Amino acid sequence: MPTDDAQRMIAGVQAGDAASIDTFVRAHIGMMISVSERILNDRGLAEDCAQESLIAAIGKIHSFQGKSGLRTWLHRIAVNCALMKVRARSPVSNVSMEELLPVFDERDCRIEAPWTSMATPEEVFEADSRRQAVQASIRALPDDFRLVLILRDIENLSTREVADALGITVSNVKVRLHRARAALKKLIEPVLRGAS
Amino acid sequence: MTSVVRNAVRVVKGMMLRLPMMITCRQFEDFILDYLDGNLRATQRRVFEMHLRICRECRQYLAAYQRTMELSRVALQDSPSVEMGDVPEDLIKAVIEARKAK
Repeated sequence: MPTDDAQRMIAGVQAGDAASIDTFVRAHIGMMISVSERILNDRGLAEDCAQESLIAAIGKIHSFQGKSGLRTWLHRIAVNCALMKVRARSPVSNVSMEELLPVFDERDCRIEAPWTSMATPEEVFEADSRRQAVQASIRALPDDFRLVLILRDIENLSTREVADALGITVSNVKVRLHRARAALKKLIEPVLRGAS
Repeated sequence: MTSVVRNAVRVVKGMMLRLPMMITCRQFEDFILDYLDGNLRATQRRVFEMHLRICRECRQYLAAYQRTMELSRVALQDSPSVEMGDVPEDLIKAVIEARKAK
């Protein structure tokens, strides 16, 4: 949306104009559901979250000062809402992280099957089934690790921001992020090696 | 390569990686995140890169690790926002009505 149109829409929402609120909701609800669904792994909960986030955003639109972009501001509200819902539910993953972490021998040398080829993103995503396999592997990670991976690598929060959002230390974020990436590598190896 | 030769290579490599200014693969693992974030000091970076040059397993592991990061970004970040056609109209109306009620 062009800047002038966006500013007009924001001014309209701030003034309580029904047409502006309608435009505002329709322009952002898809993005809010997507962000929430990546964190929650659940479309129904993500729709609830988008609804609550948008109502909250409209309610405090007066506090939006334009320092960050509107999408960034809304993105943050959706992330926070989704994190609250994640914390409120029981863990859902059955994956054992220990089995997915790198393996070393008694001399601390890495045990890694030789790579003769490695699929490029273009090759991987030629087939929807492979894209879905990667997405399913991310969803399979335990919440503690998946959330750090999503927030840092996908939603582009800084390590400090992830630590604050999850209420853990920066060093804990780093450990979880590295383990999440290492475990994901193991999970998608068949795709990377071109075996599926 | 027979398993005897493979094992001998691993023994020699294991000994070599314990020389001064060398790190083992397990230590290498601990530096990966900071290396990719550009947070290693110059000396640490040199030691890390020296290990990369002499250890095929870690070189390939790191390449696969980075490819994994790339794939996860593409798989999720580049997936389009939920299309408007996929958003239930009653959800949109619920948000708008909730505002009117306030």
